[in-house]
Amino acid sequence: MTSSLHLWLIPIVPFAGFLVNGLLGRRFPKAMVTAIAWIATVIPFIQVLTIAARFSSLALPYSENLGRWIVAGNFHADFTFALDQLTLIMLLVVTGVGFLIHIYSAGYMVHEDGYWRFFAYLNLFMFFMLTLVLAENFLLLFVGWEGVGLSSYLLIGYYFDRDSAASAGKKAFVVNRIGDFGFLIALFLLIAHFGTLSFSGIFSQITLHPEWQCGFLTPIALFLVMGATGKSAQIPLYVWLPDAMEGPTPVSALIHAATMVTAGVYMIARSHVIFDRCPLALTTVAVIGAATALFAATIGLVQTDIKRVLAYSTVSQLGYMFLACGVAAYSAGIFHLLTHAFFKALLFLAAGSVIHALSGEQDMRVMGGLRKKIPITFWTMTMAVFAIAGIPPFAGFFSKDEILYQAFISPNGAGKILWFVGLLTAALTSFYMFRLWYLTFFGESRAHEAAAHTPEPSHHAEKEEHKHPVHESPWVMLLPLVILAILSVIGGWVGVPAALGGHAEFFHFLAPVTQNGTEAAEGSKSLDLLLTIASVAAAVIGWFVAHLMYFMKPELPKQLAANLRGLYTLLLNKYWVDELYSAVIVTPLLLVSRYVLKGLLDTGVITGGSLAMAYTTQGVGSLLQRWQSGNIRSYAGWLAIGAAALLLLTYFGFGAHFSFR
Amino acid sequence: MLNDSILSLITFVPTAGAFVVAFLPRRGKVIQWFTLLVTLTTFVLTLHLPAHFNYGQTGFQFEQDRAWITSPNIRYHLGVDGISTWLVVLVGFLSILGVLASWNAISTRTKEFYFLFLIQQTAMLGVFVSLDMFLYYGFWELSLVPMAILIAMFGRNRGPQAAIKFFLYTFIPSALLLVALLWLYSKTGTFDFVETQKFLSQYGALLSPQALWWVSLAFLAAFAVKVPVFPLHGWLADVFSEAPTAMAMVVAGKLGLYSIIRFNLGLFPEQSRQIAPLMIALAAIGVLYGALVALVQDDMKRLIAFSTVGHLSLILLGIFCFTVVGLNGAVYHVINHEFSGAAFLILLGILYERYGTYEMSKYGGLAAKLPRMATLYIITTLSLIGLPILNGFVGEFLILSSSFGVHPGWAIAATVTVILNAGYMLLLIQKVFFGPESHLVASHPHSDIVAREGFALVPAAVLMLVLGVASPYWIRTIDTAVSRLAQNVAHVTSTLTTTIAEKR
Repeated sequence: MTSSLHLWLIPIVPFAGFLVNGLLGRRFPKAMVTAIAWIATVIPFIQVLTIAARFSSLALPYSENLGRWIVAGNFHADFTFALDQLTLIMLLVVTGVGFLIHIYSAGYMVHEDGYWRFFAYLNLFMFFMLTLVLAENFLLLFVGWEGVGLSSYLLIGYYFDRDSAASAGKKAFVVNRIGDFGFLIALFLLIAHFGTLSFSGIFSQITLHPEWQCGFLTPIALFLVMGATGKSAQIPLYVWLPDAMEGPTPVSALIHAATMVTAGVYMIARSHVIFDRCPLALTTVAVIGAATALFAATIGLVQTDIKRVLAYSTVSQLGYMFLACGVAAYSAGIFHLLTHAFFKALLFLAAGSVIHALSGEQDMRVMGGLRKKIPITFWTMTMAVFAIAGIPPFAGFFSKDEILYQAFISPNGAGKILWFVGLLTAALTSFYMFRLWYLTFFGESRAHEAAAHTPEPSHHAEKEEHKHPVHESPWVMLLPLVILAILSVIGGWVGVPAALGGHAEFFHFLAPVTQNGTEAAEGSKSLDLLLTIASVAAAVIGWFVAHLMYFMKPELPKQLAANLRGLYTLLLNKYWVDELYSAVIVTPLLLVSRYVLKGLLDTGVITGGSLAMAYTTQGVGSLLQRWQSGNIRSYAGWLAIGAAALLLLTYFGFGAHFSFR
Repeated sequence: MLNDSILSLITFVPTAGAFVVAFLPRRGKVIQWFTLLVTLTTFVLTLHLPAHFNYGQTGFQFEQDRAWITSPNIRYHLGVDGISTWLVVLVGFLSILGVLASWNAISTRTKEFYFLFLIQQTAMLGVFVSLDMFLYYGFWELSLVPMAILIAMFGRNRGPQAAIKFFLYTFIPSALLLVALLWLYSKTGTFDFVETQKFLSQYGALLSPQALWWVSLAFLAAFAVKVPVFPLHGWLADVFSEAPTAMAMVVAGKLGLYSIIRFNLGLFPEQSRQIAPLMIALAAIGVLYGALVALVQDDMKRLIAFSTVGHLSLILLGIFCFTVVGLNGAVYHVINHEFSGAAFLILLGILYERYGTYEMSKYGGLAAKLPRMATLYIITTLSLIGLPILNGFVGEFLILSSSFGVHPGWAIAATVTVILNAGYMLLLIQKVFFGPESHLVASHPHSDIVAREGFALVPAAVLMLVLGVASPYWIRTIDTAVSRLAQNVAHVTSTLTTTIAEKR
């Protein structure tokens, strides 16, 4: 028997931090705000570490019920938190990376006016994200799910006096709501079929009935996928994430790279019992993942805003995680989630450090030559670039390789195609990351070209009032970079496959959660080795091409863009998807609402009808005025007389005189 | 024995207050302070009901049943059950908010305003506690007249037109209701609700089914206009945009919806079941229609009016699906929507007092100047768009999830509203509070929420969280009444758990 772990403290402490800073923070000095926010994040982190330390001695799965939330008729949903291997990994990622980003933010945000507001929202986000991963039922998960969306809305719109930021926040919320619509339908279906939303309740029923294949489980799984595509920014609902870069950079690192956007992946892994029974849903997940990975990577090739490149890269990497889940390799997906949290958080924070050094400049075309000026940022970012590009033995190499391997050996008929798309994406990823690396840190400074490349001043508005010479960031920002850099190097070593002489500890650890009995496909070590060579080759080719284009012959990209003008324009404009959605969905909806519903129906038919009624009454009234004073009381009197007349009529056989059918 | 007379006390304390108001001097804020005292007293009295509620007892509680008029047989019969208990408390609470919202907004003819305001409160309370249908009808009519006068006298420029529209819309169907009541009396010999219910369930089959059908329809028509149900909502937008805040807060929703549950479901279960497909379709259409039209409004009061049409239609969907869960959710959502909607209307009123317009496009960038106001707006908005752990979510989820079990198609259509609601509400927030400062905002002196406004709104914001987290406390009360009702209405109140489980 395990004594209580007091899991509820993990989300509640950040919530308390949110309340204190949110209600009183305006009057606190910045140091006090920082202290409260840090304490509210470090306590859960320490608690999670304590739990992790004694994890092997716990009786799992562990859960604690804090009381009823909703009870009606035969339905109820409780405040129940649960802990298992998957939750522990998520907790470590969220509290660990979350704490590092809280530290970093104290340096990055120090010049901002709404400093207290920023940290209050950040703590609010921690509360909801931790609720999401600790939830033991779908409805409590949905609390976290919507709540992180809210925090994201507030933080994207942090610079709310900018229209672009306010619009981006709203877009993120509404697009996420489209996904949530699907999620809600999935919940309704689950209630209809299982009468409960508890994970253990649903999954144990499915496990008890091996004869339930596809059938009613498929729509449930597909609607869950719809929810996941919203939160995890997959096709077709990825459009909000690039715009979300309007938020401060630490927010992009925490919410839009390391944690919130992985919620969809977590949710699919969590409900893998359902997905295992639905090959169609799994294939859908895999195809969406692979398509998104490739699609976003191609857009990333030509973007010039350093944060936008990283945003599309995030969409692409999330696609990898979807791909992994889609071939039922959930632990590989979670493994990539883990390593990605390290290197992508690092990439954003390092990019933030670059932006900080350049007083708010985000356009890579005017960077260059920063290697010597901000060496620590350069070296830490280098670790992250190597990791995401898949260069061994950095963290991203192992996780990406595992996904590609699992796709290749998957029994799914499309496995080989998925593998190839993944491989192609790996080469593209390597290319655009090294492109970013060369453009930012190598060559000569192109700061003098700034005037030629400032089409949208809003991008540079983040801290434009603090112009100063290029400088390395303070240690409060560099320390998290260094820690994340170390993790980006060694983070993958917990999942080294047997073919490379490892023990795959990560996968053994997660096996109790993700084991599904059907995951029998086992490739040979030599095949694994062969595929590994292929993916390393892809990464190296990507690097080489970037080296050629952005280091050896810097004039080459311009020539290429001129020669392939159509393709280049297509990519630069992100395939015009935003414009397409606007023209096909948003505009028609508004037009119909404005002219058909509001104009024709409401003003025309309904108001017109009542006007006609009013004028008729007025006409009758003016006739009656010959006998009557015309005041309200006499109308009431007439109504009463009329009522009495009707009563008499009904009393002497209403039904006999009228036929109603 | 307070339990026996508490309902009379609650109902008539405001009336007594109204007559005292009539004799108070028109000096300073004497009338306002006194009315506030009256509403606070009434509210405290209403709290007696949940405090002494007997959960083991189905049927009516705190009953008071006295002979009043012998011929025709009209009794003074009051009582509440799980459905009406919290609605009475809600009226008590909203009246306090109403006084605070009118504090400065109503500056002339205050005596007339607060007199009618308190009469209006008695009428609303009376509707919820009357168990004699003639008495009920008296209160029902009484709730229309002061409302119309208040809209006409204290509304904006087009107030009189809105009042006439409101009066015509609601008064004509009410006359039909009276006819239906008299017909029922002619058959049953009683106006008592409980007696009539017994009579109809035992001897209903002996009455002409066509006549019963028309009678139930007359009831429904009167209530549906008052809710209002799409497409009978023609009066709502005008009344919302013209009426003073304290009236707009209470004019729609709860009276009509409560009456539908009490009378149409309670007295005419068979007829209600027959008309349910139509009502469900209208409800689902109303949900989408309200949200879509709200999306293209520029006047914030009209936006909220159409948003209200959407929310009330959702409640209607919950009612006409006849599931225990859905009815619980519907009653709970009535409370929560009235509550959050009222808070939002007060916030709009505060903005209007400062800047003199409801047009969104004139605003912009207020958040930097009025951070406390922005915070309250955002919290209330989140409550209205159904963010989990705030109050709006619970009812919405219960209604949608239970109706999905019975009518999946309509339920899916209605669920689309979660996207649209977020769309128009966040658009409002963005236009008013975010972006660069507009000319209007820059040219006016600004003052953030003051103590009086905070006194109304901060407890409201806290309650939104409490109602969202601790819903079992309220639903426990509601459930005592609706579970019995649902059994009456549907032959089998099976939720989908059984129906779909059989199909797979």
